[in-house]
Amino acid sequence: MTSGREDPVFDRTVLLVIPGVLLVILLFVYPFLYGFVLSFEPREGGWLQNYAKFFTTPYLYNTIATTLWLALPSTLVNVGLSLPIAFKMRRPGSFQRIVTTILVVPITLGTVLVAEGLLGYLGPQGWLSRLLMETGLLSGPLRLTHNYWGVFLSLVITGFPFAFLLILSYITGIDPALPQAAATLGAGPMRRFTHIYLPLLAPGLAIAFCLSFVQAFSVFPSAVLLGAPAGPTRVISIAAYQAAFEDYDYSMASAIAMIMGIVQLLIVVAVLMARGFLYRGPAGGGKG
Amino acid sequence: MEENQQSRPIAEKLWSAVVWLAMGFFVVNVFGVIAHVVVSSFATRWLGTWLPAGWTARWYGAAWSEFQLDDVLISTAEIVLAVVLLSVVVGVPAAYALARREFPGKRVLMLLFLLPLMVPPITYGIPLATVLYQVHLAGTMSGVILANLVPTVPFVILVMTPFIEQIDPRLEQAARVFGAGTLKVFIHVLVPLLAPGILAAALLVLVRTVAMFELTFLTAGPDSQTLVVALYYSVFAAGVRAVQSVDAMAVTYMVTTLVWLLIALRFVNPTQLVTRVKEQPRT
Repeated sequence: MTSGREDPVFDRTVLLVIPGVLLVILLFVYPFLYGFVLSFEPREGGWLQNYAKFFTTPYLYNTIATTLWLALPSTLVNVGLSLPIAFKMRRPGSFQRIVTTILVVPITLGTVLVAEGLLGYLGPQGWLSRLLMETGLLSGPLRLTHNYWGVFLSLVITGFPFAFLLILSYITGIDPALPQAAATLGAGPMRRFTHIYLPLLAPGLAIAFCLSFVQAFSVFPSAVLLGAPAGPTRVISIAAYQAAFEDYDYSMASAIAMIMGIVQLLIVVAVLMARGFLYRGPAGGGKG
Repeated sequence: MEENQQSRPIAEKLWSAVVWLAMGFFVVNVFGVIAHVVVSSFATRWLGTWLPAGWTARWYGAAWSEFQLDDVLISTAEIVLAVVLLSVVVGVPAAYALARREFPGKRVLMLLFLLPLMVPPITYGIPLATVLYQVHLAGTMSGVILANLVPTVPFVILVMTPFIEQIDPRLEQAARVFGAGTLKVFIHVLVPLLAPGILAAALLVLVRTVAMFELTFLTAGPDSQTLVVALYYSVFAAGVRAVQSVDAMAVTYMVTTLVWLLIALRFVNPTQLVTRVKEQPRT
């Protein structure tokens, strides 16, 4: 503010942003546009051939439903569990620090390791199955690997901490004076939650849902390692990967990647519109 | 207040118990997953019992030679180091410009830097790998490093911009008044002030890059795999190798990641690994 606009250093400082901008344009924007154009240049047929093939081949278009069927329930579970737990833990302290540290571990280890660990832990010989069998809750071994449930659980193990930490950071950002004021005016815990916290959290919850969903929708390693990649967990990223690296049809692979992006975008837009529809008013103005 | 005291003992306590149980159940399962891998990697034979029949450390030697872990660890270190250095060198100056100067199109640039963090790697990784194959960079070290920079440079920018904004610009102006040139201001004023932020950002990039599977997987060749990609291939080809040997490799990966996580957690808040941008209070 105090620095003069005529300062000759002004222009040179702004130039510092150029390497970063170039990098993102060359390695992110350009490949996206390139892939977009490439998806309309199929190996054979007209310019829409890739998309026509995708939406007429059950083996391909079914991947959208398969992926949604994994991503939507797991996102709902992750965000739904995170909200009450993060709400309980909203007061900062050493306990909050310990829990957040523990939860950051599965995120840091990543999906490949979680899938590898779950293969043994959830497997028919694993501890979970053994516990249920020896306590008499189950007569035969548990079948949780190489099917839908393995992938679903891996999405919860890595997705829940992500949603939790995100929502926790939004909840701790709420000024505690607001619910205190409501309490002074006689609002009980339930009313404070629905009338103070929830409207203030709505933008954060919508963003947490979108980010969690987009991550779950792009599930790849655990769907291959822990699921049944030929059938019930043949997600859309597997289809894109196979097109690119098994058929070497980069045009088709780009088309599938574009479709993947569009489905993600549609759900994100739907969520953000739903949030605008549900909560409107000054409370939503936390983030631009 | 009277209303609170009535309902708290029953409903509130029950609700608390449910919430803590859910949390406890989750944490127990995470520990179970990790413990299973560790126990299995030291097992002589483990079938149909609570614990293995005997204990051994020989799988680590087996994994080391079977998966050429020395090569994999060296290329992991090279790739991660290059990614960390380049993202700091490119990201910090950009963050400085964004934090200190107002210019037309700044909001568009912020959005441009936000996008690679919002779009999942596998979605943009496939077109990116296609382009890198066209220019014959995929399959090489440089290709893997370039691909990994896509999320890390924006990450550094978005972590560093608010950090630089909270440093008083008068410190730099004071140095200029006393005749320090741009280079001197940079070395004697900015670097010491920025060091804690750069350290935190670099550690976060390091942890994220060690664990970055998708981009490395899509662009790596046989000589440019990182540990996590090598682990994926070994699990993928399960049945060829002994389970314990794959688990020994998984433990090697876990130790590599967790050591850096522990170091990082001395400098950053756990939530920073997820939220990327510390939102600033607007009051």
